[in-house]
Amino acid sequence: MTAAIEARGLTKRFGTTQALAGIDLTVGPGRVLGVLGPNGAGKTSAVRILATLLKPDAGTVTVAGFDVVTHPVDVRRRIGLTGQYASVDEDLRGVENLVMIGRLLGLSRSDAKARAAELLEEFELTDAGGRLAKTYSGGMRRRLDLAASLIGRPSVVFLDEPTTGLDPAKRDDVWEMIRTLVRQGTTVLLTTQYLEEADALANEITVIDHGLVIAHDTPEGLKRQVGGQTLEVRPADDRDLDRVTALLASVGTRAPEFPAPSLVSVPVAGADALTATVARLHAENIAVTELSLRLPSLDEVFYSLTGHTPAVPSATGLVTEGAAS
Amino acid sequence: MIVRDSLILAQRTVTKMVRNPEQFLDVSVQPIVMTVIFVFIFGGAIAGTSQDYLQFALPGIIVQTIMTTAMTIGVNLNSDLKNGVFDRFRSLPIARSAPLMGAVTGDVVRHSIAIGVTLAFGAAIGFRFLTPWYSVVTAIVLMIVFAMSLCWTSVFIGMLARSSGAVQGLSFLIVFPLTFGSSAFVPAATMPGWLQGWVAINPVTHVTDAMRGLLVGNSIMTPGTSVGGEVLWVLLSCVVLVGVFFPLAMRAYRTKL
Ligand SMILES: Nc1ncnc2c1ncn2[C@@H]1O[C@H](COP(=O)(O)OP(=O)(O)OP(=O)(O)O)[C@@H](O)[C@H]1O
Ligand SMILES: [Mg+2]
Repeated sequence: MTAAIEARGLTKRFGTTQALAGIDLTVGPGRVLGVLGPNGAGKTSAVRILATLLKPDAGTVTVAGFDVVTHPVDVRRRIGLTGQYASVDEDLRGVENLVMIGRLLGLSRSDAKARAAELLEEFELTDAGGRLAKTYSGGMRRRLDLAASLIGRPSVVFLDEPTTGLDPAKRDDVWEMIRTLVRQGTTVLLTTQYLEEADALANEITVIDHGLVIAHDTPEGLKRQVGGQTLEVRPADDRDLDRVTALLASVGTRAPEFPAPSLVSVPVAGADALTATVARLHAENIAVTELSLRLPSLDEVFYSLTGHTPAVPSATGLVTEGAAS
Repeated sequence: MIVRDSLILAQRTVTKMVRNPEQFLDVSVQPIVMTVIFVFIFGGAIAGTSQDYLQFALPGIIVQTIMTTAMTIGVNLNSDLKNGVFDRFRSLPIARSAPLMGAVTGDVVRHSIAIGVTLAFGAAIGFRFLTPWYSVVTAIVLMIVFAMSLCWTSVFIGMLARSSGAVQGLSFLIVFPLTFGSSAFVPAATMPGWLQGWVAINPVTHVTDAMRGLLVGNSIMTPGTSVGGEVLWVLLSCVVLVGVFFPLAMRAYRTKL
């Protein structure tokens, strides 16, 4: 079976910025690829090329079996795109947005209305469907946007940072919706800045930075490479810091670090370390105000993979690349 | 297929207009203000009485109104493009031109209002239609066809310019010499020779003459012209406008990210 998405040697330059410097991406049919990268890595540029919105400078891309440059219309018939910034029409009602897209996809007025109602229901927007999109919260806009990209029942779906800006409950809803899509056989390429999200959804993860692939692995493989999970403990009393540090040193795979005052963190191999830590804290009578086990942050992933943290972009996101690294 | 898609997108344009009624301000208030200024302030000085001037100038005021109305589409599209909706359109299997065609088609509503308001206000202050009803209908249809063709100039500017403010400025620079360097408000015979040369080839002069012929009759047209000839002239300039600016606008739209 051929790949649903196949990109080879993709490059794209904007003026003096090399957004993509030759990346390869492969996603098998019905699989989920997570593209992980910091701000300015080239995620959006890659998605826009795959979704036929942008032409690559070099490289070849096929999506659903069609070349995106020579057969863009065949590709557009088979894809759904949810861009990084919601592409809903603010002056239209939620339902009008969906009906318009449905009709542009060739549905009759009544079919488009039925499909819109179905999707509004699925995304819990039925009550808000009659309101103008400009009155929607950020999360509602996102969901409406996701719904719009699914109207044509696409076989390949691109999601550019689909949960950025959602509260945890809504994020879980979007995750669940993505899992449902995958169960129905849809191929998904999603970009994210969170290893946790890629881990929760993807079969494989490609890490990109400065327009280059710096790692490609299964979530398990990647976690192994970057040192699994991180255990963090904050003692209630600062005088216990030394004892906590000693305790974590014995369960961790590396020396403990202090990401914040009176917070001790250490990479651990598995969840067993958590149980052991809880038991020993109890035995030694140390009270804690915070105890958590989490996946490494993007910064930590980058540190493990490249030995440096990603360049910090300015607040506007307008970073001039090239000077970095 | 492309016609259906364009109509669906035209409906979007109209819905947005209805939701933002201030968009109707220029097409309803502006023609009235222009008519009042020209007829009651300048009219007496130009034509002796404002009543005579009204008969002469109203067709020109319609043309001028339509020119400024047609030019606003670029401003609207320029800001609309920054909205993500156009990304969605681009990812759909529809003709690339459909969103632009939809916008141009939807704007017919604004043009119709502008023409309707000018004619109605003109009639209310004493403008007399001296031609049969089918002539008047032809005049309205001709104006709308001209407006739709002219729109593509503005669409092109809207695609090129960086900000909608720049679109506005540039459009003004185009519309101003075209309307005032024509016989829309003053007969060409009163102007210096070099200007008469420009006025004679200025398309706005021909559009205005066609409107005068269709709404009032030959008597107030530029001497030596005929209604049929001027209408043909207008249709020909529509073909040229679309032939030149539609491809240019499409190319600019394609390369605009
Ligand atoms: N239209 C453009 N013109 C100029 N530079 C651009 C353009 N689009 C992207 N870039 C630059 O290309 C680089 C990659 O941008 P891209 O949007 O693909 O990154 P990203 O991984 O999606 O980042 P983010 O996480 O902030 O969304 C950045 O340095 C960006 O400034
Ligand atoms: Mg992005």
